[in-house]
Amino acid sequence: MSLTRRDVEGIAHLARLEITEGELPVYVDSLSKILSFVEQLNAAQTGSVEPMAHPLAGEVQRLRTDAVTETDRHEKYQANAPLVAGALYVVPKVIE
Amino acid sequence: MSLHARSVAELAAGLKAKEFSAVELARHCLARIAAANPGLNAFLTVTAERALADAARADGARAAGTAGPLTGVPIAHKDIFCTDGIRTSCGSRMLENFVAPYDATVVTRLAAAGTVLLGKTNMDEFAMGSSNETSFYGPVRNPWDSAKVPGGSSGGSAAAVAARLVPAATGTDTGGSIRQPAALVGISGIKPTYGRVSRYGMIAFASSLDQAGVLAASAEDCALLLGAMAGFDPNDSTSVDAPVPDYVAELNAPLKGVRVGVLKEFFAQGLEGATGALVEASIAQLRELGAEIVEVSCPNLPLSVPTYYVVAPAECSSNLSRFDGVRFGHRCREPRDLMDLYKRSRGEGFGAEVKRRIMTGTYVLSAGYYDAYYLKAQKMRSLITADFKSAFAKVDLLAGPTSPTPAFGIGAKVDDPITMYLNDIYTIGANLAGLPAMSVPCGFVGGLPVGLQLIGPHFGESRLLAAAHAYQRETDFHRRVPAAYA
Amino acid sequence: MNQAAVREGWEVVIGLEIHAQLATRSKIFSGSSTAFGAAPNTQANLVDLGYPGTLPVLNREAVRMAVKFGLATGATIAARSIFARKNYFYPDLPKGYQISQYERPVVEDGSLEILLEDGGKKTIGITRAHLEEDAGKSLHEGLANASGIDLNRAGTPLLEIVSEPDLRSAKEAIAYLKKVHTLVRYLEICDGNMQEGSFRCDANVSVRRVGKTEFGTRCEIKNVNSFRFVEKAINYEVERQIDVLEGGGSIVQETRLYDSAKDETRSMRSKEEANDYRYFPDPDLLPLVIEPALIEEVRATLPELPDEKAARFALHYGLSPYDAGVLTSSRELADFYEAVVRDSGGGAPGAKLAANWVMGDFAAFVNRDGLEVGAARVSAPALAGLLRRIQDQTISGKIAKEVFERMWTDAAEADAVIQAKGLKQITDTGAIEAAIEAVMAANPKQLAEYRSGKDKLFGFFVGQAMKATQGKANPAQLNDLLKKKLGGP
Repeated sequence: MSLTRRDVEGIAHLARLEITEGELPVYVDSLSKILSFVEQLNAAQTGSVEPMAHPLAGEVQRLRTDAVTETDRHEKYQANAPLVAGALYVVPKVIE
Repeated sequence: MSLHARSVAELAAGLKAKEFSAVELARHCLARIAAANPGLNAFLTVTAERALADAARADGARAAGTAGPLTGVPIAHKDIFCTDGIRTSCGSRMLENFVAPYDATVVTRLAAAGTVLLGKTNMDEFAMGSSNETSFYGPVRNPWDSAKVPGGSSGGSAAAVAARLVPAATGTDTGGSIRQPAALVGISGIKPTYGRVSRYGMIAFASSLDQAGVLAASAEDCALLLGAMAGFDPNDSTSVDAPVPDYVAELNAPLKGVRVGVLKEFFAQGLEGATGALVEASIAQLRELGAEIVEVSCPNLPLSVPTYYVVAPAECSSNLSRFDGVRFGHRCREPRDLMDLYKRSRGEGFGAEVKRRIMTGTYVLSAGYYDAYYLKAQKMRSLITADFKSAFAKVDLLAGPTSPTPAFGIGAKVDDPITMYLNDIYTIGANLAGLPAMSVPCGFVGGLPVGLQLIGPHFGESRLLAAAHAYQRETDFHRRVPAAYA
Repeated sequence: MNQAAVREGWEVVIGLEIHAQLATRSKIFSGSSTAFGAAPNTQANLVDLGYPGTLPVLNREAVRMAVKFGLATGATIAARSIFARKNYFYPDLPKGYQISQYERPVVEDGSLEILLEDGGKKTIGITRAHLEEDAGKSLHEGLANASGIDLNRAGTPLLEIVSEPDLRSAKEAIAYLKKVHTLVRYLEICDGNMQEGSFRCDANVSVRRVGKTEFGTRCEIKNVNSFRFVEKAINYEVERQIDVLEGGGSIVQETRLYDSAKDETRSMRSKEEANDYRYFPDPDLLPLVIEPALIEEVRATLPELPDEKAARFALHYGLSPYDAGVLTSSRELADFYEAVVRDSGGGAPGAKLAANWVMGDFAAFVNRDGLEVGAARVSAPALAGLLRRIQDQTISGKIAKEVFERMWTDAAEADAVIQAKGLKQITDTGAIEAAIEAVMAANPKQLAEYRSGKDKLFGFFVGQAMKATQGKANPAQLNDLLKKKLGGP
């Protein structure tokens, strides 16, 4: 599968990754190679097989008791935050 | 025998016999790390103070008579495991200054077992790589040849153990990242069954493939550590609630009568001649030890690499979305607006391979492509799993190569992603099917180690470890240490 | 027909998506508290913050509540449902994806019956209801060119309830919305507090020419937080769309916000680009399997549902369907009503009287003071006491209103108020006659006019006589006596 510059720009945008002008052709090339590689799958007969999302066939989701087990530790958790004001995480203005 | 030449089992015995203290042992390792790490780049963070505190506590437990089998044994954690109060970088610029506010379950359990934490090891960025060359903090060098890669993504842990800077280290394996480095540096490594060990606190790459495991000098050492790590964790919904066998007690199960399958597909093209010959010789060795060798086939296995390179990127593209410069991790300077915050923080924080995989994943999940790529790959995954299941109806274990070649040169394969991806050709199948698998050293080609891979059925770790142990009782490849680190 | 507001030749098609916050103690995937109003980020743990390495574990109670809703709407409970990731970037979404359900939701194919304005009934289909986690909040005050993110709400369990596009007017939409609102409160799975955001509604609105079978392009109006605004927003949007189409244009499929100050909808700039959510099954969660035993266990906890209760009230208490509907609009109100009826002696007239008072004065005071029924300043036994005094003629209905107000303000019993204020009804014929005679004597002109045919003045005399007796004259007796006396010597 050969991707175009526009394709890669679109994917980078969806993934919120900045790709510079210089980097773009490199990614176009490598992503095209990767997609061509994985396209070997197209020829495979998978017919009516169920897709597998989990290696644990037969295991089911465990349910947790509804109880409050957490206490306020926001100071510890916010120690890694790049920008905090009044215990709020600060970001450039969100326009609705 | 020098302290560092000893296995975990031997160190545990020495500590128990009070031949040396945990503090002495820790100091010994720390000194070796200080000397060797500049050349190897295996450690990203050395936790000297913490190590000595852990060791003092271990000696205290020893004196009080409350010591366990692993009390006082030094270990290192791959820098993918969150360690409370200690920088956890995941080999990335994105988490360069990230101090984890909690311990991964694996970390908690090994600490509770009395181990001594020496530090955090280097790795491919976000576990994406097969050579430890994608780390933001520079490549790790193979202790057998500093111009060669140690394998990846657990390259730091592998190199640290191979150079005997630490007797054991944790790793993670998503497509081969414990087994392949173990093979390339001549040590033993085990990836358990999916769900055997908790993923809580282990920074996620591909959630349905990731598993935590051990790198150490021998199968016995792996058994010791795995026993302490494994078991149900209520914090991980994918963790299985099944009892953990006493792996150490079951190590001596003989190989006699064990049916070992040799996969036709593993001895096809791509396997380097001398490497293949060594693997075949080690399989012959298994036969000598009483195993019955059977040829089996998993016909869908050749598509395991393309299958993996759809599923893993898809999952990682989603798992890595949380890195957005808002609550933790790298944030770009003076973002103009929200879009700029996201794009530049992520663009600057992630390296090229990570970005490639995020974009591949984003593409295969996107509207119009989901069925053709992701759904198709998950179907192929079912077929591959079914193939293994059929094989295990005929045999108890599978044996084959871990890696198609010995360690390659640093920089040799970085230009073409596909060439790099094909290093995982033998290891990926076990991840797709969630099976336990190990690599043990089985010889040298041109002075570089080669690994023998063993794969077991779900929750077949005991049998796996016992077979590896039987092999290691008869061979001494696992005892070899590079001259520079002897 | 409820089409009064819709223009000639056009039909409206509406579907509602309701997000009901489930009233669990802890969040859907973590043990953080869901309590409203906490200081920012004090109820957001590592899982809620999306810290690397953290993993979700599903809350049993959220599942039970979803099952409860499914049972109450006659829906199919999926034996096996799957959680999926909805991927998009937004600051209030810490992981960069929302854990939701996509292809296999927990509840499917339910329905609710609504009462139309003309008294008719209509069944509205519920396509699906699924579990998902709520996002955090962005705050904009006090931050120059920036927003502050509070993640206390992130991870609160939501039940997203999606209706079939069966609604054909804003009024029907409101009836359905209120029905769901009542139901989730009856089931005690959601407190329905729209101001606090625990019950949110998005409306999908489109129009088409009458007779057409395909749906027109729809617009989604997001996050309208009151019944009144939902109605206004839909009405505005319908007009807007018809204007566009009649003007020869076409509708752009988009998300719009309702501006209540301007009473208009407008396009949401940030969501203009179509989002590709890249849904896939969440690998951190295993399939949710719901055993028949769990379903039966939940079924046993179902209360008498609003429709059943309304039907019972209509039959048992002799109420109109409309009145029964109002009285059963909440369990608390329904329980209050039944307690009043029981305490005031039961019986059909008593039931009707109680209905009028509960729906009338009682409801008015409760609403005026912004209270819950349980916090009302007049209890059921107290109101019953008042109604007994009406029924036994101690006071008239009109006086009773005064008494009720005093009871509310002073938290007093009826008898105490009647006694203190001397409000007992005057039933003594002599006393009433005396008052009438006095009024007649004081108003000779009106008397003459009345006697010469101006019947309307009867009301004037009623008023004057009531005034003379401080409103305490028994109205029926007063009427009779007045008629007699005014009629002629």
